[in-house]
Parts: sequence; structure tokens; C-alpha cells
Amino acid sequence: MTTSTAPVTTTGDPVLEATGVIMRFGGLTAVNNVDLTVNSGEIVGLIGPNGAGKTTFFNCLTGLYVPTEGTVKYKGTVLPPKPHLVTQAGIARTFQNIRLFANMTVLENVLVGRHSRTKEGLLSAVLRGPKYKRAEAESREKAMGLLEFAGLADKADHLARNLPYGEQRKLEIARALASEPGLLLLDEPTAGMNPQETRAAEELVFAIRDRGIAILVIEHDMRFIFNLCDRTAVLVQGQKIVEGDRETVQSDERVITAYLGAPLEGTAEAPAAADADADAIADAPADLPAEAAADPVEEADAEPAAEASTASATSTTGTEDEK
Amino acid sequence: MTTTETTPVIPLPAGTARILTAVGATATAASAFLAWTWTSDFPGDLTVTGYPGGLQWLTLVAGALTLVLTLASYGLRGLRWTSPTRSDNGILLAATGGAVVTWGTLIAIGVELGGMANLEPGGWVAGVASALTLIGALGLPLDRHTRRPLQVLNKWWFTAVPVTPLLYLAATGVDSSRPVAPVLVVLAQGGLAAAGGVVLVQALMLLRTWLRLTTIERRTAPPLELPSWVEVLLIIAAFSVGLFAITFGIDTEYGELFTGYLVLAGTGVAALTKSGLIARLRALTVKHRPVTTGAAFAAAAGFPFTQSSDQYTSVATNILIFATVALGLNIVVGLAGLLDLGYVAFLGVGAYAAALVSGSPASPIHVAFPFWGAVLTGAAASMIFGVLIGAPTLRLRGDYLAIVTLGFGEIFRITMNNLNGTTGPNLTNGSNGIPRIPDLNIFGFDLGKTHTVFGIDLGRFSNYYLLMLIVTAFVVLVFSRVGDSRIGRAWVAIREDETAAQAMGINGFRLKLLAFALGASLAGLAGTVQAHVSYTVTPDQYTFAEALPPNSAFLLAAVILGGMGTISGPLLGATLLFLIPKKLEFLSNYQLLAFGIALIVLMRVRPEGLIANRRRQLEFHEADIPAQAAPSDTALTKAGA
Repeated sequence: MTTSTAPVTTTGDPVLEATGVIMRFGGLTAVNNVDLTVNSGEIVGLIGPNGAGKTTFFNCLTGLYVPTEGTVKYKGTVLPPKPHLVTQAGIARTFQNIRLFANMTVLENVLVGRHSRTKEGLLSAVLRGPKYKRAEAESREKAMGLLEFAGLADKADHLARNLPYGEQRKLEIARALASEPGLLLLDEPTAGMNPQETRAAEELVFAIRDRGIAILVIEHDMRFIFNLCDRTAVLVQGQKIVEGDRETVQSDERVITAYLGAPLEGTAEAPAAADADADAIADAPADLPAEAAADPVEEADAEPAAEASTASATSTTGTEDEK
Repeated sequence: MTTTETTPVIPLPAGTARILTAVGATATAASAFLAWTWTSDFPGDLTVTGYPGGLQWLTLVAGALTLVLTLASYGLRGLRWTSPTRSDNGILLAATGGAVVTWGTLIAIGVELGGMANLEPGGWVAGVASALTLIGALGLPLDRHTRRPLQVLNKWWFTAVPVTPLLYLAATGVDSSRPVAPVLVVLAQGGLAAAGGVVLVQALMLLRTWLRLTTIERRTAPPLELPSWVEVLLIIAAFSVGLFAITFGIDTEYGELFTGYLVLAGTGVAALTKSGLIARLRALTVKHRPVTTGAAFAAAAGFPFTQSSDQYTSVATNILIFATVALGLNIVVGLAGLLDLGYVAFLGVGAYAAALVSGSPASPIHVAFPFWGAVLTGAAASMIFGVLIGAPTLRLRGDYLAIVTLGFGEIFRITMNNLNGTTGPNLTNGSNGIPRIPDLNIFGFDLGKTHTVFGIDLGRFSNYYLLMLIVTAFVVLVFSRVGDSRIGRAWVAIREDETAAQAMGINGFRLKLLAFALGASLAGLAGTVQAHVSYTVTPDQYTFAEALPPNSAFLLAAVILGGMGTISGPLLGATLLFLIPKKLEFLSNYQLLAFGIALIVLMRVRPEGLIANRRRQLEFHEADIPAQAAPSDTALTKAGA
């Protein structure tokens, strides 16, 4: 890895405190009684299998959904259940499937991000007084600064839709940063990225943390998560089953079960869908220092592999539900 | 593999083709000075030798334009500036314009006077010359696709062609007293229209495959370094030409001339676009934006001074009202992306408010506000109405909003009809409206009287035209400044992706309401002037759809046709949409049909509108733009949760 994996963590007061968040859609409980705290200067990861409720939880935090029960506090105050007020309060987010303003230029995208930090209204826009001009110039300056930070300054006048995929992700982050957040929520920032782009994204996330912004990140890329995060929470079927540092998460039985499925007699283990995740968990420590060799997950990997080979000989009654 | 080539359509030696084009263009221009017909029955009097009349002017202009572009293609010093790209496609377009206008005129003479025998030799000279020019232009090395497969319509469409004669036979064979007869007649007529349409569309597709025309982007020589005062003068000159062209269009006295004018204007602008002159001019206007805006308004203000009667200034005033309201609608539709199908109601609210406080004896409120008071009242009333309608409806998105606004537009009209003292309190005199609205008097300047300025009489409509121009300028100012501000960006962001916009801290509902209110008050502003211009306000002026503008459907069409999100787009779109139905009155029953076909063709050719917003242009012609890394959905395979 190109960046230090043991950054100076100056964790302090809690920035985000979610307590007892429950989100029900009719009979389905998508998020069930989740507590999560993010302290300032921290990078917290949120992982879980597909459909575990990670994005739903994100939407509860950012006001897109109103949680059925529970409270979300930002720096001690309860957040209002409106997305724009949440952003105003200081939480910015990106989206799992990129949601840029495709037909606006790169610079305009970032300027829109500054909406909540500026307040020039209709009248001042028409009159264009000195105060308006100053605010506009300042906004542009800050936006250009952010584009430079994200490495997009030379593409400021391009349409957002014309950027390559990796740069669109970067732009989405730059746009979120424009709202001067205290907490940044990243929803799968490396989805669809190649390894180089993923590494660049990693460095970008560290650089953002160094600006004093706490980060909560959803990811499927375990290597990315374990390189990055001070703490990782695992969400399975709407419930947080474990939270802690890398070792705690990787050694937890329930996490392994959630990703690989519980061993059942005479059935096939680790169906194709889980394979990728299993590899990811197992691979993650490979790049890490020597201690990784003794990592329990390594053993966990060997076990289902052996079992799968025997199982294939017998029957293949799917155990996908086990996840 | 290259997909484009530069080859002639008709295989002629390049030198011969160019000479043929040049000679043909000269002859075409010269033929305008000959007599084309023997009688002055055909409008425009084409009988005079030595002086062009009516449609001959168009032939003259087309011939001259072709000649200039051809000479520029020879690299003639002093004319080279007209064709920076050196593409011969411009010549072909100009020649096409010339041929269509000329032959259209000749055929119109033949049809209206009963036979081609009514043509004088001069007419034949013009026809042959313009045809030769076109043939010559087709022989020039044109920018073309190397291959273009022929598109064929679905074969079921072609069944209309053999079925139509059968229907006709049936319609004529059946005893006319039988109840089925009228049905058969209608079916036969519909079949004729369908068959004609199918054949026409397929013929156009054949033509497209045969011509294979395209545009090859070439590096153009950098424009001459000119002192900025020369550039400013060039802009002013261009706008003077523009003023002259538009004045000519408004002043056309008969439908044939207007049709020819539209054809020539279309092909002429297309020719100059291909030649690269328009791009040059646009670069200049971008460089000197304030001068450009000033020149445009100065040119517009010059219009009444070119008119000797009120006949066309009244048309121009109504165009300005229509265009201003369209620009207001552009805030709602073009910027914020809210489809409003009842927008004309806001014009109505402004007009009714102004009429009620105008001091009209028919108004139940017997007050007479000064002009500024009436303007504020009208704008404020519209704004309140906009907020009242917007507050409950703006929580809806897309189609639902469109339907609800359509409903509210109709509710306004019906309410105005019912506030007549019988079915409701008397406020608006019901369907009689509020008549006898007095003329405005601004600081002692009576707009109803004729004033003499610089020795030119400015009549009532000229006064209102100039007043309306000030209102338009104000709306343009508001639109351009708000569009390029924090608020405008937030509107566009909402249009692009409302959820993402909210996540950026934008209060979607509030900003949409703001767009609605601003759009409404600008329409109300125009309405206050409209009430005085038209003397009377009645509910039926403010319908959803009608044959003549302004109504909600036309306003929306003006915005979309002209170009969403731009300033000049709706202004141009409104002008065209006002003039086309008015000037096509000679088609009587087929007026709306022709108008509808014109709209379909326009939207087929330029879906982004006549004047494209840079963003919209990219949106609709994505395939034409090389080297794009569009995000593909497959890139999201890791997406979960």
C-alpha cells in the first residue's frame, strides 16, 4: 500500500451518534436497532453482505428516510429529517450509483455543493452588488481549490457526464466537500474502480481525514476497508453484529458466517456469490505485515474450500439463504 | 477507417462544377431583374423588367449568397472571410435555397394563374439558372459519409398506398345518401394523408442516402486580429442585417412571400453555419457580450422607425408580449425543469389585475392606478397566484405536475368566466371581459397618441412596442443574472437530479416555488402591458390551446422549439410561432396541418431547439461527439445493499 496503514488517529468528541435506529418498510425491517458512533478524526467502515441495510442506514442518517425509531445526533444535536437540513448541519454524502448533475460543468457541480454555505438570494443575484460579487468570487475560489484537491482542476469546464468513471467518483466527493462538512458519508466510493483507481481513492480519503473531516464509508472491497478504517461495523440483515478494529472483525465467527454461510452437513458451501466476498476477506491480510499469517480468517478460508470439494460430490441443495 | 469523404454527389470535373455554380448563381441573381409573368395578378408584381419585386428579391438574395460563397471557395481576396471552413456544403445549401424559392415561385404562379403558360421567358431563365446552380453545387467536392444505409419504413405503412385508391373508389361508388358514405369519404381523406406522408418520408430517406451529407470538422485558419472597435462595428453590422431580415419577415404581405422567406432564411442560415461564418460571429458576440446585448436591443428598438403604419408594429408588439412570457416560462421549464402546462394563466392574472385597476369604466373597482402601480399590482397578483398554485402542486414530480398545472390553467379561465355577477360575485364581467381599458399615460406621455420622433411618426402600437421592449429587456436581465447565480445553479441541479440536489443542501420545494413565483410574476408583468395593448381582457384569451398564440401550448412550444434554458431561443421560437400561423392564413383550412408538420420537421431536425444551450446540444448529439467515456451501468457491478 502506498499510504501508511497506521495513521495518527486523533479521535475526539463524537461527531455522529446514531442510537437505536430502526427503519421499517411495511413488514420488512431493513435496519434494526443500530447504534453507531463516529468520532472526530476517525474513519469508520460499514460493511455487510448485499441487502444488509447499509445504504438504508445511510439514508436514515442523511434524512432521505425518516427512521421509524431512534435518533441521529450530529455533534450533540438531533438531526432534522430533511436531507437539505442535514447537509446544512454538516453531513455530506456521496451516492452508491454516481448522481452527478450530468449536464452541468465540473465547476458548476462543485458550486452547487456550496449552496448550503452561501446565502445570496434572488434579489442580490439580480442586483449584483459588491457583496454578491465577493461571495461569488469566493465560492469559485473555494470550488477551484477543491477541484485541485481532487485533481480535477484542469477539467473544470468539462461537462460532468464526459468525465471518466473514476473522475466522476472524485468529482462527487469534491462536490460533497464543498458543503464544508464535519462528517462525510461515502457510499461505496470504489465501486467499479480498478486497483489503481482504488488506491488513488484511498489516498484521497486519507487526505480528506487530514482536513479534519470524519468519514463513514460503506464498501465491499475489504482490502480498502481494512487499510482505511480505524473501526469497522458489520451490518447483517439490518442488525449490527460486531464493531471494532480489523482483528476483531476478521476473527468474529458471525462475520465469517455472514459472508461465507454457516457450515451445514451435506450441503454445498460458499456459493458463487459469496466467493468474491470470501476471497476479499481472506486476501485482505495478505498484503499486511507478518501478523497476518496468524490471522484466523486464513483458517476460515481453508475450511470451506475443503468442505466445498467434498460437498460437490454429494448434493447441491443451495444454502444461499444462510447469509 | 474513415467514415467521411469529400466527393461530389454528381460526378462532374471539380473545375467545371465550380464554374457552373458560379455562372448559374450569377444568372439566378440576374434573372430576378427580368419579368417572370405577364400579369400583376400574382402578388408582388413580377412583371417589371429591371427591378425585382416580391419573391424575386428572395431569388436575388439566394443567387448572390451562392455566388459569394462560390467565389470565396476560389479563395478570392475580400470574400474569403465568408467561408472560414472552406466547406462546399454551404454552397450546396445556398443553391438549394435558391432553387426551392425560385421553383416554388414559378409553381405558385402556375397554380394561381392557371398553367405554366403564364410564365414569361424571364421566369424560365430563373428556373433553369437556379436548377443549373444546384446541379453545379452537387458536383462540388462535398463533405459526405462514405456510406449511409437506406432506411426503409416499416412495410405495414406502405399498405396505405394501395388501400387509399380503393377507399376512394368505394367512397365515390357508394350512394351518397347511405350513412356509410361520409365515413368512407373521411377514411379516404385520411388514407390520402397517410399515403402522402409515407411516400414523402420514404422519398426524403432516399434523398438522404443518395446525398450522404455530413460535416467534417476542419481546423480553420485563426480569425484575423482586428482592433476591438472594428469587431464591435462588425457586431452592429450583423445585427443591422438581422434587423433587416426580421423586419422583412414581419412585413411580408402575403403567404407565398413568407413561405419563401422562411425557406431562404433557413437555408441561408444553414449555409452560413456550414461555411463557418456563424461560428465566427458567435465568437465575436461572446467576446463582446454587453455590446451584443446592446446592439440586439438597439436593433429591436429601431424596428418601429422602419414602419410607416401601425399594421406591423401591432404584430411586433404582440410578438414581444408572447416572447417575454415564453422567456418567463423558460425559467420554470428550462432552468428548474418543471413542466407547466397552464402558464398562460399567469399572463391572464397580470392582465386582469391591470385591467381592474386601470380605471376602465367596466371595471367594478373604480380606481385608476398609475402605470408603475398597475405593473406592481399585476406582477404581485401573478406571484401570489403562482405561490398559491405552486405550494400544493410542486410536491408532485414530472407528469403529475404537468397535469395539475394544466388543470389550474383551465380553472383560472373558468373562474374568470364565472365571476360575472350571476354565477359568482361580479368582478370580471364573465365572458364579456373588461373592455375599454384606457391607454397608458406614463409621466405625461400618452401611449395612445402618435408622437413624432426624429421626423418619424410613432403610432400607438409603436409606443407600446417600445414600452414592451423595456419590459423584455428587464426580463432578459433577470433571466440572465439569476440563471448564472447560486439560485440558477440550484434550479438546474434540481432539474438534473432532485435527490442529489437535496443532498447538496438545496431546499428543493422552496427553490421550485421560487422558480414558479418568479416565472409567474414575469408573465404578470407582461400581462399588465398586454391588457392596455389589446384594450380588452376576456377569459378566452387565456386558453390551453388555440390556433393563435399566446396560449399555454404555444408558450411551451416556443420554449422547446427555440431552445430550453437559453435567452435568445424562446425569443426566436416565439417570433416564429407567432408569425408562422399568422402568415400561413392563406392555407385556410390546412393552416394548422401545415403548422403541425412544420413543428414535427423542426423537432426532428433539431431536437435541442433552434438555439441550443451548450448542455442540451451535448445531450442530444452525444453520438456525434468523439472520445467520450460515458459511465456504463456495468461499472456498478459491485453495487449492493
